[in-house]
Amino acid sequence: MSKGMIEGLSSGIRKEISQDWSEGISKRARQFVIGAVSLVLSTLIFWVPFYFVIINSFKNQAESAEMSMAWPSSFHIIANYKAVLTASENMLIRAFYNSTLLTVLSIAILVVVSAMSGFVLQRREGGKASSTINFLILAGLMIPPAIVPTIWVLDSIGLFKTMTGITLVEVALHFPFAAILYKAFVATLPREIDESAMIDGCGGTRLFFNIIFPLLRPVTSTIVVLTSIAVFNDFVNPLYFFPGADNATVQLTLYNFMSRFTTSWNLLFADIVLISIPPLILFIFFNKKIVAGMTAGAVKG
Amino acid sequence: MTKITMRTYSYAFLLPAGIIYFVFYLLPTILSFFFSMTRWTLMDWDFIGFDNYVTFFSETALSIGFRNTIVYAVVTCVLKVVLGLLLGAFLTSGIMFKSYLRSVIFFPTLLSTIAVGIAFSMMMHPSQGMINTSLAALGIAGPDWLGNTKIALLSVAFVDVWKGVGIATVIYIAGITAIPQEYYEALKIDGGSSRDAFWHITVPLSRPAMNSVIILAFIGGLRSFDLIWAMTKGGPGFTTDLIASIIYKQYQAGFYGLATAGNVILFICVSLLAFPLYKFLTRSEVHL
Repeated sequence: MSKGMIEGLSSGIRKEISQDWSEGISKRARQFVIGAVSLVLSTLIFWVPFYFVIINSFKNQAESAEMSMAWPSSFHIIANYKAVLTASENMLIRAFYNSTLLTVLSIAILVVVSAMSGFVLQRREGGKASSTINFLILAGLMIPPAIVPTIWVLDSIGLFKTMTGITLVEVALHFPFAAILYKAFVATLPREIDESAMIDGCGGTRLFFNIIFPLLRPVTSTIVVLTSIAVFNDFVNPLYFFPGADNATVQLTLYNFMSRFTTSWNLLFADIVLISIPPLILFIFFNKKIVAGMTAGAVKG
Repeated sequence: MTKITMRTYSYAFLLPAGIIYFVFYLLPTILSFFFSMTRWTLMDWDFIGFDNYVTFFSETALSIGFRNTIVYAVVTCVLKVVLGLLLGAFLTSGIMFKSYLRSVIFFPTLLSTIAVGIAFSMMMHPSQGMINTSLAALGIAGPDWLGNTKIALLSVAFVDVWKGVGIATVIYIAGITAIPQEYYEALKIDGGSSRDAFWHITVPLSRPAMNSVIILAFIGGLRSFDLIWAMTKGGPGFTTDLIASIIYKQYQAGFYGLATAGNVILFICVSLLAFPLYKFLTRSEVHL
């Protein structure tokens, strides 16, 4: 090989490397610019509404009535939040109690009954009844509940306007989603576990509660987080099935205050801030879990 | 083995859930077909055949809800499918601040719909609202977002998309990250551009995710109630009423039979539109 050729080759390589370099830099610069632009856009589109709500919950009544983004001339944080908590005989405090109780009760029941069903449905997949049951569960995911007939049923068995009634309705309405997630997860547990437990003399009930149920923990926690947000944020079902001032849930306080506080937007905004805190806390701690749960069923179809 | 199976996986395990699901969901759904054909006071009923359905479709105040529901479902669904795909593709590319952006887009889905509705109806106030004052600063006269009968429904649909696009996005992200990287590498070797990658790899191979988004968004749109109730209560007049808000209004007015007919119509809409859509989409799915 001649010297010239080698020099030509090496300069070619050098040229290529430097081209790669500058290309790499310009590519990264471009990505940075795109990232920065989307940061600004997302701030405008998503943060501005939050800022609007929070800042207005700090203002006095007159300033909040202007509905502006302006900085408050004086802060009324404690006064506003105290006023909204004690309004209508501590309605919001009672509502927090009711919503928490409803959420805890319905999740406790939901988790146990759906895990039991998911287990048996998966192990008996392909049996005679399974396609009918699967269809009924799928229908429950899609078709909205029939409102007045549900009230009629609740009323006939004396559960209308009761915590028991609304809890059981929430369980029924969230059952399809929970059962499908459990069923999919049980499919990943080998049947050998069941068999060895049976050889050791476990019956079906002990097998499920002592061995299977603890193994379902990852999916249980997903269901707990997702359903607690759904039940806590539920507006329609308490509106229909749990009416009455004593029965208020947090979402209904917003609705009540909306008509009563037509001139005190600051208090309405304070209410919004307060009831958004629980989902925010769950989001901070369980971000990954929530996203995984919401996409798990969806992508498989 | 079969004998052990029968005993171990006893159908008795289905009973607790089965009873709750039957009594509080399936039974009311079955009953709704009967009660939708009655004049009903909860204590007593008169069978009146299809009169409630005739009323529903002959009175404009009611039939408009049917049309609005379809429009609302289609608009929110299309926007979520398209924006979700773009955001999903964007957030799986090499851009910076990815996880922050993902969280910001996703968080609104966890907020109370009523709270979001109230906040946006303030911001959409025609003269004082933030949106129109900002537009005015730019010299644009903003419309009365919720008071103009032509655009009120679309304004609410826009807020629905703002709140719900996060779910669509994370579903797409899951779908797109499941596409094997080799496809993109092969395309790069063949000299394809990133636009080719998007149209010829990302779009066709994220079809399962897209199908889920279509189904979820469409059914969600058909069933929608909270947001319209928080923002317009069906107004101005009844121009933004959806089937679900009509059910509530008729229920409040004591027309239980008519409210239940609304429920059955919603039932039929979902069954006639969503089930075939689901079948169609899953049949034409591309397999990896």
